[in-house]
Amino acid sequence: MPKVTYVQPDGARETFDIATGKSLMLGAQSHGVAGILGECGGQAMCATCHVYVDAKDLDLLPPMSDDEDAMLEDTASERKPTSRLSCQLEASDEVDGIVVHLPEEQAL
Amino acid sequence: MSVRRVAIIGAGHAGFTVCATLRTLGWDGELTLIDADQRLPYQRPPLSKKVLAGAETLEDAYFRPRAFYDDHGIGLALGHRVVGIDRAQRAVQLDGRPPVTYDHLVLATGARPRPLRLEALPGLGPESVCYLHTADHGIDLRERIAAGKRVVIIGGGFIGLEVASMAACAGKDVVVFEVAERLMGRAVSTPTAEYFHDLHTAAGVQVRLSSTVSSVQRVVDRLELHDGHSSVAADVVVAGVGVVPNDELAAQAGLATNDGVVVDAQLRTTDPHISAIGDCARFPHAAGKQSGIRLESVQNASDHGRHVAALLAGEPVPPYDVVPWFWTEQHGRKLQMAGLTAGYDRTEIVHTEPDKFSVYCYAGTRLLGCESVNSPRDHARARKQLAAARGSGGGSAPVTV
Repeated sequence: MPKVTYVQPDGARETFDIATGKSLMLGAQSHGVAGILGECGGQAMCATCHVYVDAKDLDLLPPMSDDEDAMLEDTASERKPTSRLSCQLEASDEVDGIVVHLPEEQAL
Repeated sequence: MSVRRVAIIGAGHAGFTVCATLRTLGWDGELTLIDADQRLPYQRPPLSKKVLAGAETLEDAYFRPRAFYDDHGIGLALGHRVVGIDRAQRAVQLDGRPPVTYDHLVLATGARPRPLRLEALPGLGPESVCYLHTADHGIDLRERIAAGKRVVIIGGGFIGLEVASMAACAGKDVVVFEVAERLMGRAVSTPTAEYFHDLHTAAGVQVRLSSTVSSVQRVVDRLELHDGHSSVAADVVVAGVGVVPNDELAAQAGLATNDGVVVDAQLRTTDPHISAIGDCARFPHAAGKQSGIRLESVQNASDHGRHVAALLAGEPVPPYDVVPWFWTEQHGRKLQMAGLTAGYDRTEIVHTEPDKFSVYCYAGTRLLGCESVNSPRDHARARKQLAAARGSGGGSAPVTV
C-alpha cells in the first residue's frame, strides 16, 4: 500500500499505509492525524483539509480542479503554491512516499 | 472556579468538535462524550451521499478511530441513553451506567426526523416508511433501495432530493411529493429551486408539487400512494419532511426551550453551567429577530462546537456571529449557499456557463445571501463579503461581478 507521511507544524512526523484510491484526508482521519478536519466529508466544499505538499512531491500529483482551486481561496492558513485539499488527493503507487505538511489552522 | 469536568451529550459534528477542539487548545480536564448510539462517533452528511451510494463505507464516516479518543483522554459513554439532568448535583443520569458529573455540560443532542402523520394514512405502517438521519437509517435505506425498483419520496427538501438523486442515478423509478409550490422550501430562492426541479425532471424523477399523499393502500407486494389526482406505486417510501429538535431533556431539566434549546450569544442556556449547540440550539441572530434562529448544518454544528470549546478553555471569545453556509449535491451539481436568503425581495443571477451560476439574494440593497451552483469561487467570495458586512446593520455594497 502507498505510504503517506503527515508532518505537523511542530515537525512531528507520522507515516501510514493508505489504501490505493482512498483520499489523503480520509487516510488522515482514519489514523487520527491531528490538524485535518474534513468537515464536508471530502467534497471540496469546506477547505478544512488543507495541506502543503512537500515541494519534491508536487509534480507527482494530478492538477487541481477548478473547484479545489476556488476553495483554496478560503483556507484558514495562508495559501501557498504547494497548497492542496487533501480530500482531492488519492493515495496511489504514483504518489507512494508523499509527504504533506499540515497548516497551523484549518477552521476560519 | 475553572471548569475541570466537561460532559457532552450527543456525538455528532457539534459534540465531536467540542472534544477535538478542547484537546487541540490544550485543555486537560476530564472530558466525557455521551451518545445513545453504540457506534464510534460518525459524520452524517455521507449517509445521504457517498455511503448511500455505496461509494464509501460507514467506517469511512467515523470522525476518528477509537485510538484517537484513548490517546486524547476523551471518555466515551456510547450506547447509553440519557434519562435526565440533575442540575443541582450537576450530573447526567444515564441508562445502565453511573451518572456523569460535570462542571459544564454541553447539549449537542441534534434533531430527529419529523415523523409522517401516519394516523392520517391508514395503510402505511411505520415499518413501511424510511427516514434518513442515523447510520442505521442509512444502512436500511441503502438495502431497501437496492432491493426495490420504485422509490417514492415524501418531501422535496435537501434530504429527499439527495435520496432522489442517488436513487435515480441507480436506475430506480423515483417520484417526489412536495406539499409546497416549489422544491427546497424557504431554504433556497425560486430560481435555484427551479433549476434543480428541471435537473430532477431531466434525470427522470417525477416531481409532484403542491401535492400531498392523502391515502395509501397495500396491493400485493407494493404500496399505492394517492394524492387525490392519481396513484403511484412504491416499493420504498422515504419521508424527508423536516426535523424536530431534541430539546426534551433540556425542557425536562427546566431550561428555556422554544423549538430548540434557547441560548444566548455565548451559546449558554438559562443555566450558565449548560450550553447548547448545533441543530438543537436556538441562538440570537438578526434574521431571527426576537426569537433567534435554529440551523441544521455541519457548519453551524462545527462552529458552535469550536465557540464553546474556546470559551471552556478560557480563551477570550466575542459573541457568536458566523455567516451560515450550507451545501447539497444533487445529480452531480454542487449547490453551496452562504447567508440566509429567506425574505429576499430581489435576485441577481450571474451565469458563467449554463450549469455554473450564482443567485445573489437581496433585501433592498443589502445582500442576504448567495446560492452558487458549481461556482465555488462565487461562494467563497460571498462568504467573505457577508462576513465583512456583519454587525454593520447591513448596507453592504452590492456585489460587483
